[in-house]
Amino acid sequence: MAHEETVYDALDHAHGGEGQWAFGTGFDDPLAGVDTTVPEGIDPADLGVYCLMLGDDALVLCQRLTQWATNAPELEEEVALANSGLDLLGQARLLLARAGSVGVLGRSREQATDSIPDEDALAYFRDADEFRNTALVEAENGDFARTMVRLLVASAWRLALFTRLRTSRDPVLAAIAAKGVHELTYHRDHAARWLLRLGDGTTESHRRAQAGVDAVWPLTADLFTATDVERRLVEAGVAVDPAELRDEVTGVLTMVVERATLAVPAWPADAAPSGRLGRHGPELTALLADLQGLARQHPAATW
Amino acid sequence: MVTAVVTSARAVAETVTDPELPMLTLADLGVLRDVREEAGTVVVEITPTYSGCPAMGVMRADLVHALHRAGFAEVDVRTVLSPPWSTDWISEAGRRKLADGGIAPPGKAPVRPSGPVPLTLGPSRRTASCPVCGSADTVEVSEFSATACKAMRRCRSCAEPFEHVKEV
Repeated sequence: MAHEETVYDALDHAHGGEGQWAFGTGFDDPLAGVDTTVPEGIDPADLGVYCLMLGDDALVLCQRLTQWATNAPELEEEVALANSGLDLLGQARLLLARAGSVGVLGRSREQATDSIPDEDALAYFRDADEFRNTALVEAENGDFARTMVRLLVASAWRLALFTRLRTSRDPVLAAIAAKGVHELTYHRDHAARWLLRLGDGTTESHRRAQAGVDAVWPLTADLFTATDVERRLVEAGVAVDPAELRDEVTGVLTMVVERATLAVPAWPADAAPSGRLGRHGPELTALLADLQGLARQHPAATW
Repeated sequence: MVTAVVTSARAVAETVTDPELPMLTLADLGVLRDVREEAGTVVVEITPTYSGCPAMGVMRADLVHALHRAGFAEVDVRTVLSPPWSTDWISEAGRRKLADGGIAPPGKAPVRPSGPVPLTLGPSRRTASCPVCGSADTVEVSEFSATACKAMRRCRSCAEPFEHVKEV
């Protein structure tokens, strides 16, 4: 067989003869053609960090949800979890690309697309202490009930935030949020319905659902506390103070847990930001080893 | 200004089909938002259906290839994120093609509230007629299906399972 007839050469040819970075989705820039100019009065460094916070939440929760692939209780549920993960991955990709476009990697966007895209550099080549996600999303899945409680809490919080971010002064962030709202609505409804079935199901499913609620509740301690970056961006009309989300989020969660015939635990006392500042548990290191291992072993791989 | 170049480029772009719903063109799907000319370059605007839609790269490549083949040397495919895609943008022709292809088309998209989004705890109230036998007696099996944009349903009359493009 002639050399140029190998499948790899055909792929290479299809992409204009240039080798493609192997672990991302190739040449497609998720912000291609989007005006990424930062409006006046917004600190690009703060905006970049904020996009990392929201992008990392989505990326890490996506990774947790996809750990159910081949393990979910039924095929339909496996598809549901993978679909929800894909939505979050899409949000992560847009947010990390937005972070890259305002210079969090200290390089211009043009340099990025020629080698490893910004969003891939951020997903694959940062260490745990550079991730800005909350403890809620990095915690182990636990059993299916606990996974659903965590998905419910995380999507209720994120949906409350995204509905407000639709009017952010950063037009890119506002557009990403507006797109994410209907996706998060599905995730929240899906998790809420599962909690009703499990809580109001058998003795065993009720016990596990209550154990899930009891295990996840303490992880909400830092969800309503703003970092300095968020405070400055609230002033600039870009971000939302997470304290503003509290009534809506706790209201939704209380209603679902009560309808599921479960006991609502006491809300934990507010804690200072931790994950948002790069302080994480060993769970995140293990998760990232899984997520990043192959890309780091073959950092220059192309196909 | 709509020039002859724009009219002709748009006609080419409108023939490009969706990689995952190949019975539909990107124009039918409402993903193709605009075709125009800027300083000799054909500018095509597309919008993703869902944030994580993995088909955007293929759509972009297919549009560029189709326009290059038709003789347009300079082509720029741009993403537009706002306003977010809605199933209301699927054309009448697109809805017919979906049904002919065994996929129930979406109904009217729900109104998007500007404030908090209400929680829906009951079973989904979505309805869809069976694309095989036409019966309205169908039930949702799962809100999630082979692609992010579809739900899984089953017909109680003819027992066929089928997919339904969810209203968003």
